[in-house]
Amino acid sequence: MLIDFFLHLKARKLPVSTKEFLTLLEALQSGLAGHSMEDFYFLARASLVKDESQFDRFDQAFGEYFKGLEAIPGLEVDLPEEWLKAMMQKHLSPEEKAKLEKLGWDKLMEEFKKRLQEQKGRHQGGSKWVGTGGTSPFGNNGFHPEGIRVGGESAGNRTAVKVWDQREYRNLDDSVELGTRNIKVALRRLRRFARQGAPDELDLDGTITATARNAGYLDLLMRPERHNAVKVLIFFDVGGSMDDHVKVCEELFSACRTEFKHMEYFYFHNCVYDQVWRDSHRRHSERTPTLDVIHKYGPEYKLIFVGDATMSPYEILQPNGSIEYSNTEAGAVWLRRLIDAYPATAWLNPEPERTWDYRQSIGIIRQIVGEHMFPLTLDGLTRAITHLSRKH
Amino acid sequence: MRFEGSENYVATPDLMLAVNAAIRLQRPLLIKGEPGTGKTMLAEEVAAALGMPLLQWHIKSTTKAQQGLYEYDAVSRLRDSQLGDDRVKDISQYIVKGPLWQAFEADQPTVVLIDEIDKADIEFPNDLLRELDRMEFYVYETRELIKARHRPIVFITSNNEKELPDAFLRRCFFHYIKFPDRDTMQRIVDVHFPGIKQAMLKEALEVFFGLRDVPGLKKKPSTSELIDWLKLLVAEEIPVEALRSPDQKASIPPLHGALLKNEQDMHLFERLVFMAQRNR
Repeated sequence: MLIDFFLHLKARKLPVSTKEFLTLLEALQSGLAGHSMEDFYFLARASLVKDESQFDRFDQAFGEYFKGLEAIPGLEVDLPEEWLKAMMQKHLSPEEKAKLEKLGWDKLMEEFKKRLQEQKGRHQGGSKWVGTGGTSPFGNNGFHPEGIRVGGESAGNRTAVKVWDQREYRNLDDSVELGTRNIKVALRRLRRFARQGAPDELDLDGTITATARNAGYLDLLMRPERHNAVKVLIFFDVGGSMDDHVKVCEELFSACRTEFKHMEYFYFHNCVYDQVWRDSHRRHSERTPTLDVIHKYGPEYKLIFVGDATMSPYEILQPNGSIEYSNTEAGAVWLRRLIDAYPATAWLNPEPERTWDYRQSIGIIRQIVGEHMFPLTLDGLTRAITHLSRKH
Repeated sequence: MRFEGSENYVATPDLMLAVNAAIRLQRPLLIKGEPGTGKTMLAEEVAAALGMPLLQWHIKSTTKAQQGLYEYDAVSRLRDSQLGDDRVKDISQYIVKGPLWQAFEADQPTVVLIDEIDKADIEFPNDLLRELDRMEFYVYETRELIKARHRPIVFITSNNEKELPDAFLRRCFFHYIKFPDRDTMQRIVDVHFPGIKQAMLKEALEVFFGLRDVPGLKKKPSTSELIDWLKLLVAEEIPVEALRSPDQKASIPPLHGALLKNEQDMHLFERLVFMAQRNR
């Protein structure tokens, strides 16, 4: 019973297990779902899917499998969500940008118009569009187009569309938000504990030993609490192309600030040269020579660069290549100097990983940092931290 | 035993089904969702609706799985031994029962809430696998096996700060409380403020959902914040007219501090309102 359904889910790359499937059958046997298709859908979801980011995939797979049973008008049209989104969102996500570059504007506009016409037709027909539109990401994100009412609060139309077909969880799929809390959790792996400060914790092992020595009379020993003693040095790229990534950098910065007691940070633009700065408002008056940074902070610091590494190759390789002033030594020389001073180095890049191969400057920097460049996503951050916490 | 929502709690059909599946098959139910969507309240309401006692176990970053079962108070025993107390010979005197033990030995079925399991150490859920699956554990100090007389109904909430291990997830039912739509929200408010004027509620919901749609907010106001805000509105006797304005975007709603809890969000919102006013 339902084995084909289970295998179908498996084929759609949902991480379902036999145990969960048996649980579902057990639940069905005890009559929980009754005779309602909707109840069955809820039950299957509760027992088989354990992560809300998988809900969308499950909805799709469920829809596909039970399409024959529930003939729903309009199901054959796949929604051009990406195109609509790219059109309407003022702030494009990096993924969409890559897509844009590939498609080209004219093609995109043409495609969009075509779809829009199609949508009008369906809208009058009163079938799927409205219901699906109502739960589309535009409404959630708040980038609501004034002229084109695609997403609306048309709750009245809900009954026309089956629950799994609404695909309400679409905007959760794979869009791992790099919120501060998530970053902190990832950064936590870089902890290196040490005991420092006032003794205010009972040292149980010490107490036992001391008591035994004391002929069985209690001798309490205290010790200081453990603190995170790891030291981190971060260089942030600011301005220019980094403006697109301000939010994620802010989040990373504030997470680092609270997680690490010993954290030093400096800013640079595009590439590190002989000077960096602490305060962007006074960047022209108060600069710190990069050599001072190397001399002041010892090699036990973990060095992290945050930047998109997107610039002209001259800015890295050529003396006087900086777009801001004439530098006597090339950026690559300074980068190597820093990397030699700090054995544990990682570069976090907010640009999506698959665009890296198309930008020459990213390739050069990757080579300089010894391939230790990681995307600024949760997964990339975890990889970077794993690399940093290794013994160097 | 079926849970159908209660007079204090509005449950959507999918939530009800997940809860009933967990009750019927006696498996834990894992609940996730935005903060303030009533994850913790659910366990309280289910316990009240089914007339069962509720045992709560709130997890902190330092909580160990063992603490939910029992703790051996070695320091008390050491002190008693120094003072020559007679109790010291009986080790069971120094075993402090945790919420799971209490639930296992209760005379009637209980509801156990393991609140915010993601706060604990990454290994925490793995340490509870057998306890939640077989509903039994072994006390090493007294060499006895504690077995549940009635399998408790276990609710586990998570805020997604840590990924939970697969082996743990496989043993649970899962439900994600999504943010309520307008109709559900209306029902939720009706439950909390039965006497509230419909006109006022309509305007308030308008303002609330409008605020949630403001792009770029770091923390969108949630259900519990809406309830707090309405409480304030009612207490301060704000007239309906104050909420209603010809142009939603160009006015700051009264007492908006209850809805926006983040300084940057507040600034952003005020700036947007200011821009809207200037453009008029």
